[in-house]
Amino acid sequence: MTPVVALRDAVVVAGGFPLLAGVTLEIAPGTGTLLVGANGAGKTSLLRLLGGLERLAAGEGSVLGLDLRRADRRDLRRRVGWLGHDGSFYDDLSARENLRFAADALGRPRELVDAALERVGLAPRAATPTRRLSAGQRRRLALAWLVVRRAELWLLDEPYAALDEDGRALLDELLVDVVASGATVVASAHDPVRSSAITATVRLAGGRVVP
Amino acid sequence: MTRMLQRLLGPVTLASLALTAWLGLWVTPPDRVQGDLARLVYVHPALAWVALYLSFGTATIASVLYLWPRTRSVTADRVAVSAMEVSLVFILLTLATGSIWGRPTWGVWWAWDARLTSTAILGVFALAYLALRRANDDPTQRARRGAVFAILTAINVPIIHFSVLWWKTLHQGASVLTSTGQLNVHGSMLWTMLIGFVGFTLLFFWLLRERYRLEVKRDRLVASTVDEALAQRRREGV
Amino acid sequence: MIRVAGRVARKDLLIEWRSRVLLWQVVPFGAMALLLAGLALGPTRAGSSGAGPGLYYLVMVLVTLLAAQRSAQVERAAGTRASVATLGLDPAGVFLGKALALCVELWAIGLVLGAGTVLFLHTALRAALVASPSIAATLAALAAAGTLYGALTTGDGSAATLLPVLALPGFSPLLIAGERSFSAAAAGGATGSWWVITLVALVVYLAAGVVLYGVLEDA
Repeated sequence: MTPVVALRDAVVVAGGFPLLAGVTLEIAPGTGTLLVGANGAGKTSLLRLLGGLERLAAGEGSVLGLDLRRADRRDLRRRVGWLGHDGSFYDDLSARENLRFAADALGRPRELVDAALERVGLAPRAATPTRRLSAGQRRRLALAWLVVRRAELWLLDEPYAALDEDGRALLDELLVDVVASGATVVASAHDPVRSSAITATVRLAGGRVVP
Repeated sequence: MTRMLQRLLGPVTLASLALTAWLGLWVTPPDRVQGDLARLVYVHPALAWVALYLSFGTATIASVLYLWPRTRSVTADRVAVSAMEVSLVFILLTLATGSIWGRPTWGVWWAWDARLTSTAILGVFALAYLALRRANDDPTQRARRGAVFAILTAINVPIIHFSVLWWKTLHQGASVLTSTGQLNVHGSMLWTMLIGFVGFTLLFFWLLRERYRLEVKRDRLVASTVDEALAQRRREGV
Repeated sequence: MIRVAGRVARKDLLIEWRSRVLLWQVVPFGAMALLLAGLALGPTRAGSSGAGPGLYYLVMVLVTLLAAQRSAQVERAAGTRASVATLGLDPAGVFLGKALALCVELWAIGLVLGAGTVLFLHTALRAALVASPSIAATLAALAAAGTLYGALTTGDGSAATLLPVLALPGFSPLLIAGERSFSAAAAGGATGSWWVITLVALVVYLAAGVVLYGVLEDA
């Protein structure tokens, strides 16, 4: 089976600093992979590279069949779902307005918006401006954004951060559904993850994969 | 052949500028009306030609070549930034010589003349281009944004030119070659001007080449720093 | 492209409607700048100098800087940029949408400050009305230019100070054309050549934005 992610000696440099120092990695479709490592190990940079948000400075790689050196990164971005560990929204718009904007942009039916808010437990706060949501609620909104999105490759940067026990259970359940539907999940985390969707763990240190 | 021409560039530039200075200061006669002040004509138009046409044009063409995917190369980006820097120097010299001529002629160091004003605005554009490049650390981002800004500047040139021209103009009209194709300057004065044009044009290419070499050295330095950082980063993972 | 433009414009205007940044921060700034312009002219010239149109445009150029900064700032947070990038919006549509929203905002502010110019600087109301089509066109061109220059500063630490130096040289011909057109309207003169400058600038910035915005977004 063609891997969703295939990297060989991938290097990413920003402002003269090598964020990734030669990552070699393969990820099969329909799987869940967890990236672990200390702060600054390169977890976020690797996720950003896989999402077409960083340029490959050296090495080779392909994601979802697109060559990272040659393909238009915009084509890749359109096919991934991104959950970053900061922001992600227009703070002055409400939770519902943010999701509607995303749904419209993606050509997804608007009915999905309220269903997604319901699923992540944000329906009562749907009209609240995003800036007034707590960190955990913002994280739930990010999950709702991904539910509306339905991407082929889910890239989740510290998805468990700021979530309470209920939120963690919700995320675990969501990841199981995603992987079962055939999509691929790559997530980063500091703490051990119990979701059955996660089938592989990749350890990063110094911008490289280590045993 | 090319190498020999490259070697000759510096000496020929210096020789032609020295010849311009000698002819302009000692050989040519003072102007009937403007006296010695008219000797600026051997320098000012040539500086303006390099500043506004040659270097700005080079920077614009290099920027277009950089943005066009088929011709994109680090060389085009280096040429663009080098030409823009040289352009800024020549713009400042154009403004300075124009001002020196303007003081006794118009009675003020600065006049709201069309060409003077549009040249000054173009100078700010060149400064802004360099400021934009300094504000971006990532080489690709720096090159792309710089190229877009250079193109925006180029398409602004005629808009600024006509807006300021229609706004007000005091500047002396075309001196050497009028719109009817008639030559207005004769003899040694014309030759001195032409040699001045050649000298400053060569000076542009000389400065461009040296500035380009500096850019190559800087890129190598950055690359070696990145290599060092890469090795260090890899050691973190051991 | 047009559909994306409509959605982006709606989103930007909705953000403005919710945050009221322009209403509470930019309009008061513009009004104060007009008052300061009057004070700078001195007590005898403030109400009778004929400088109203020029000062109006000077203030509008400064207001455009603030509004364009705000428009770019909305997209600036790293998380927002990443999430929105994965939506795969057509960059030309994003540019047109942001420029359209900025244009509508500038028209609204321009109307308020136009009234201020008539009130404080004694520019004839009739002149302001006659000049209003050219003011609308000039502000549209400023919006297109401001959106493009704003995109050049996205994601930079020094962005707040960078925008003025990038945008002001490009704004200068628009200030000239706008002021001359407004002054000509006040004096009953012809404004034809100034319309050429404004419309050429508008078309050029719109075309440049449609072609180049994607390059900037990707950078």
